[in-house]
Parts: sequence; C-alpha cells; structure tokens
Amino acid sequence: MMDLNKLMCPIKSSSELLALHQTIIDSKEFKSDKIYICAGGGCIASGSMKVKDAIAAQLEQAQLNDKISIVETGCLGPCALGPVMIIGKDETFYQNVKPKDAHEIVEQHIKGDTIVERLIHPVGEKKVAKRSDIPFFKNQKKDVLRNCGKINPTKIADYISFGGYQALSKVLTEMTSEKVVSEVTISGLRGRGGAGFPTGVKWGYASKSKDPIKYILCNADEGDPGAFMDRSILEGDPHSVLEGMIIGAYAIGSSQGYIYVRAEYPLAVERFQIAIDQAREFGLLGENILGSGFNFDLEIRKGSGAFVCGEETALMVSIEGKRGEPRPRPPFPAEKGLWNKPTVLNNVETFSNIPQLILEGGEHYAKTGTDKSKGTKIFALAGTVKVSGLVEVAVGTPLRELVFDIGGGISTGKKYKAAQIGGPSGGCIPEQHLDVPLDYESLNSLGAIMGSGGLIVMDESSCMVDVARFFMEFVQEESCGKCTPCREGTARMLDLLNKICDGNGEMSDLDELEKLSGTVKNASLCGLGQTAPNPFQSTFRYFKEEYIEHIRDKKCRTAVCKSLIKFEILDACNGCQSCKKVCPVEAILGDKKQQHIINTDLCIRCGLCLSTCKFDAIIKY
Amino acid sequence: MSTPEKCACGNDDEDGLIERLEEIISSYKETPGALIPVLQATQSLFGYIPQKAILKISEILNEPLSSIFGVITFYSFFSLKPRGKYLIRVCMGTACYVQGANEVLTALQQQLEIKVGETTPDKLFTLDIGRCFGACGLAPIIMVNDDVHQFVKSSAVAKIIKNYRLHEPKTVEVQS
Ligand SMILES: Cc1cc2nc3c(=O)[nH]c(=O)nc-3n(C[C@H](O)[C@H](O)[C@H](O)COP(=O)(O)O)c2cc1C
Ligand code: FES
Repeated sequence: MMDLNKLMCPIKSSSELLALHQTIIDSKEFKSDKIYICAGGGCIASGSMKVKDAIAAQLEQAQLNDKISIVETGCLGPCALGPVMIIGKDETFYQNVKPKDAHEIVEQHIKGDTIVERLIHPVGEKKVAKRSDIPFFKNQKKDVLRNCGKINPTKIADYISFGGYQALSKVLTEMTSEKVVSEVTISGLRGRGGAGFPTGVKWGYASKSKDPIKYILCNADEGDPGAFMDRSILEGDPHSVLEGMIIGAYAIGSSQGYIYVRAEYPLAVERFQIAIDQAREFGLLGENILGSGFNFDLEIRKGSGAFVCGEETALMVSIEGKRGEPRPRPPFPAEKGLWNKPTVLNNVETFSNIPQLILEGGEHYAKTGTDKSKGTKIFALAGTVKVSGLVEVAVGTPLRELVFDIGGGISTGKKYKAAQIGGPSGGCIPEQHLDVPLDYESLNSLGAIMGSGGLIVMDESSCMVDVARFFMEFVQEESCGKCTPCREGTARMLDLLNKICDGNGEMSDLDELEKLSGTVKNASLCGLGQTAPNPFQSTFRYFKEEYIEHIRDKKCRTAVCKSLIKFEILDACNGCQSCKKVCPVEAILGDKKQQHIINTDLCIRCGLCLSTCKFDAIIKY
Repeated sequence: MSTPEKCACGNDDEDGLIERLEEIISSYKETPGALIPVLQATQSLFGYIPQKAILKISEILNEPLSSIFGVITFYSFFSLKPRGKYLIRVCMGTACYVQGANEVLTALQQQLEIKVGETTPDKLFTLDIGRCFGACGLAPIIMVNDDVHQFVKSSAVAKIIKNYRLHEPKTVEVQS
C-alpha cells in the first residue's frame, strides 16, 4: 500500500489536491487489477471477511498479490445474496461465495480466465455473469452510490482518486456561499429524510442569519424499521457525506457540525470516525481548509435508542444531552436550533448528493427525476422479493420496476399484495397502483409517503390488519409522551387494533379508529404523531374487506392473527413425534407411528409444531 | 451495541471500574452536552448503569440526579438493571416482522423461559427486542451481543442458544 501520508500532508491548496489526485491515479496500485469484495454490514454478517482472507491467501500462494489487489468495498447492493464479490477485469459477479471457493476463483478465473459457473447469478433459466447484464444492477441509476462498491471506505485515497473533495475545492476557490446556496436551489434537491423540504431553501434561511455561531447537523438516526440506506452510505462512502457537510457549512457559514448516528450502527460510526480523522490529517477538515481560511470541524454523537430523536427538534435537544422530546416550531431551527443558534439539519443521503451536484452544476442535476422531484432516490428493498438490498433509481421510477425488474419479483412464489413505503409514517401500495411513479406527490396522493426509502414488499401471506397493528405498536412505544393526542391517541388506536386482531372487534371500532386518526393527525405536536395514523388509514383504504372479515367473520385470511387461527394435523402425519416433543403445552396427542391430533383448547398457537414438522403434515388456517 | 467490557454477573470489579469511569467523566468535563456520551460509556463499561456511577456522574458533571434519571429512563439503550452475559435482541423491524420474527421471539421465550426484558437465572441471557438492525435483506435477524444471526427460523433457535451455552465454562454462576 502506498503511504499517502508521506506524499503530501496536509494538503494546503487546491492545486496540491489535484496533484495528489494525479499521483494516486498514476500509481501502480490504482492501475492494478482488482477484486471487489463487499464489506457492507450484510455481507460481513454473511461471512465476507473470511472469504476475503481466503482469496488473499490464494493470491499470495499464486504469487499474484502484487498484481491484483483486493478492495473491501461498501455495500454492493444485493444483500440477500451475500457474501458477494466482483472480479474487476471482466466485471463478473459472484454470489454466496464461501471461503472454500477461493481456490477455484483464483485458479480457474483469475489465472485461467474461465468463469466459475456455479457462483454466478441465475436469471430465470439462464445464468448471467457480468454485473452490468444482471437486472438488479442494470435497471439502477447509481449517482449517489457511485463510489459504493468501487472504493474502500476506510481509505481517503480511494475517494480522492474518484474525484473526491474536488467539489469542496471548487466551492472554496471559485464560489461564494450565496452561489453554493443558489446552485443547490437550482438543482431542486429535496431533503431525503422524509419530508422532502427543498435543501437550497433551508440553507438559504440559515445563511442569511448574522449570528456568528451556527451549526450544521447530519441526521443519521435512520429510525424507520426496515430502512438501511443511510447506514449503507456511511459504511460504504463516508467521505461523500463528510464532503457534503463541509460544503453545507461553508454555504451557511458554520464552523462546527455534528452527526447523530443511531446506536445500532457501530460499523457506520467506526468508518465515519476514520473518515473524520483522515480528513483532518489531510487538511480537509479543521482550520484553514485547503489554505482557504475557512474553518470547520465535526463530531460524532451516538443515539441511544429513541426513534423520536430522528425528529429535528428532538435530535437537537438530544445532542444537548437531554431527554429527546420535540418542541413546537416556530421558532424553526434555521433561526433557533442547537443551543438556540441557527442550525441546519439534513439527512445523510441529502448531504451525499451535494458533492456531485456541485461538480456538475444544479442544472445538470435537475435533468434527472420528475417535474417536482429531482435526482435519484435510494431505497432499502426488503421483504418477500427475490433480490433484496440497496437500490438507487431516478426519482419517478415506477414501483413495479423496483419490485419486479430490480427485485426480481416475489420470492415465495405467491402473489404480490402490497409494498409498505415510508415506515411508521407511510402507507401501503396495493397491486392496482403498482405503476405509481416513486416521487413525493404521486405517493402522497395514494396515502403513502416517499419517506426515507424503506420499502418492504409483502406477499399474500401478510395480514394488513396486523401490519397496521404492528406500526401502531411501534409508534405507541416510541411516542415520547409529551403531548396528549399522540400519547393517548396512539394507545387507544392500538387497543382497538389489538381488539380486532384478537377477534373481539366490533364494527363501531372502525368508526372510532377513523375518528381518532383525524384527531391524532391534527393535534399532535410533532411528525411522529401527525403521521402515526397513516399505516392504519392506508391499509383501511385498500384492504377494508380484511378488517371486516376480522370483525364479522372472526377470520384472518392469512392466518397471521393468532387468536383467529387453528392448527390441524393431516393424514400425511407418520407419527414421528417431533411435534409432540416441541409442543410447550402438551397439546399434541398420539402414539408413535400413529397420526397425531391437536387439542385446540390447550393449543397456544405458537406454531412450533408447524415449523418442526418435516413432512408438511401440519397446516394452519 | 458493544459487549460490556466486564461481565455483569458479579460485582467483583465494579470498584475498579468506577475509577476508570471517573477518568472518563473528567475527560468530558469541557464537552457541551456531555451527559449522554458519558452514560453511553458507563453502559458499555458495566453492561448497565449502576447507582454508584450515577452518583459519580452527578458529582463531576454537576448535573442533578433527577435529570440524569430522566435521561436514563428516556432512552432504551440504557439499563438500570444488570444484563446477562449475552444480550439476545430479536429484530422486530418491518422486514423481520413480515418474515416471521414474532415466531422466532416466541421460540426464544419458550427456550429461555423468560419474557422480553428479563434475564435468565444463571445470568447468561437477557432477551430484548430491537427495531431494525439495518440488515433487512437478511431477515429475520437476531443479534447476540455483536454477532448477527440471519435468516433465523424458529426451529433453529434451540441450536443457537445451545451453541452459546456450550462455549461457557461451567462455573459462571459461582464467581465470587
Ligand atoms: C418521528 C420522526 C422521526 C424522524 N426520523 C428521521 C430519521 O431517522 N432520519 C432523517 O434523516 N430524518 C428523520 N426525520 C425527519 C427530520 O425531522 C428532518 O426533517 C430531516 O432530518 C431533515 O433533513 P432533510 O431535509 O435532508 O430531509 C424524522 C422525523 C420525525 C417526525
Ligand atoms: S427489519 Fe430487521 S434488520 Fe431491518
């Protein structure tokens, strides 16, 4: 590895940055062949680091280790197929790689130029080797994630080699802060944290304040359960967020920033800290950045497990070291934010958009997307799709394309039922609206929201009443309790939904749920309560008949709601007794080699028998 | 969350840890908004937040006890009770939930004979739920301290627990 620190450190001017860039791209290492191994959170959990070690050992044995370098990259995207890797020279994509495959990959592919067929990706009957031919990749537009999968996120040199910090350099040498704000305004970029507020307008407010102390904050709390975009950006390309924040700080005139990262993301914290340390060492953060006279520094603050702290005013009091309870606005943070000083808060993905936007200009940026929503959006595609993972598409791409082209369709062989988008503040998109363009306005009109990008696909086996109950339970637990409509209203709505799922619902409960939805929405203090009824309202709008079945017929058609289901043992039972052994309440009767039966009075419907039976002899309905 | 530096099953070394904590708190004295980072450090040092630590924090940072308690009880990351050596967290995020996390949780409760938030009598396992670990593509997920277990089926739970038990020296409970 080239010792960059000795090359030029700290960098004192824009021209030195350019020279450093040149040195890196002229280096032997930069030009060498590469093997990209995913070191995103998902693939690490699947064992990609052991695969990396095995490949490294094989390369060494084959004496190729100085010709071919391994790049440990951020999330390559298709998490469910992990560990995944890409062979640089011909872009071959390998999935589910095990350490024992390393020998074959090096001997057969690297040395022998023959693809290892059994590790490539199946598309229908065929198998496709090349990354850019695989539908999951082919149908994406990777702008924000452009480096994710190409660079090692822990090496600043990698980031610089792909044009990193050039935007900062441009801003500091050629642009006034007004010009930066106007460029961002022209681009039409809207905040990616959920609400979609125009970023340029937000920066404009704060830049006008004369207060000498201002703060810039990055929201990496990513609370939507089912979302991992921000995590993947921080883990895969932390410098892009950092560069975006420094540019934002210059635009509004701030010299101190904080990034608030969720407690559950230790790897993101670790990689972002490395990025901060490197940027400081290289003169890109701290005093007199790139010799321009501009000073800015940044600290990480970790969350402590409270969803409401993703809300802007709550996040600020949490940084101040207090209970993270939201407060009424106005005053808005641009006027009185952290420690009562003018403050700008943006989401991780929003900041990550900035460097490229500045380099290519606002007008160029605005060419992607729809009339009112510009650029690309990253989604965390999960649930019952074949290829789940991290995807980026132009804003306005139809949902169908995401689920069926990129995600490869439903993984269970069942039918698509709905996609939940926007998490606890969002809604469900049923089959008849699969062609909805994914932009702020179109989703709002269907009762969902763009949200931060969590997108969970559900097949016919999901009960929509239970989904509404699930989200209500979530917001009920996470409601901070400060305002009554949210605290009591969500508790009451949860009671009613529980009652329906337990088979005790009455038709009048539905009216009450609708009424409460209005109250909670209109009277709550912050976005948590104001959007809490959305999951109920949208499932009720599209799946009303399921609610009615639960109440009138005491039936859950998906057999999810426990109180409404029965288990039965079929003729296929050969009396192996495994179910009898696991049943915690001794509700299963029958002698060895005789068909067993379930005593439904004793059965607590835990489902252990069903998951234990190897002969598909137990059903639930 | 990180593994506690010290197993919380005995009080043996807590006094030594208090000294470490004092150093940590003092290093934060000049930091604005220091309380939460200090509590986070305490939680990872002890595995929970002992009363003596709260008194120390109050003294050095000059924060009233009431506001420290207010903060501790607001955030789910902090615990006032010692936790087991292994903190098992079942993801109940959306992706995991729609792919069977509830059944996994039921199986764990039965296997460990404890409810959510409780610790087994041998102080080995604490059961808790989490809201999305950001690995939704691999749902359902459970985390045992920092180990991620993916695509977990309720029928596989017994084996996972057994594996952790197997790696335990027989004498955990009788540390003095
Ligand atoms: C309850 C609640 C939770 C939120 N959680 C997040 C979050 O986890 N991440 C995020 O970026 N924004 C979150 N937001 C939105 C923020 O309040 C804020 O609008 C956003 O961070 C601004 O950044 P942007 O303009 O770049 O989108 C949340 C809002 C509410 C009401
Ligand atoms: S929903 Fe379980 S990891 Fe995201």
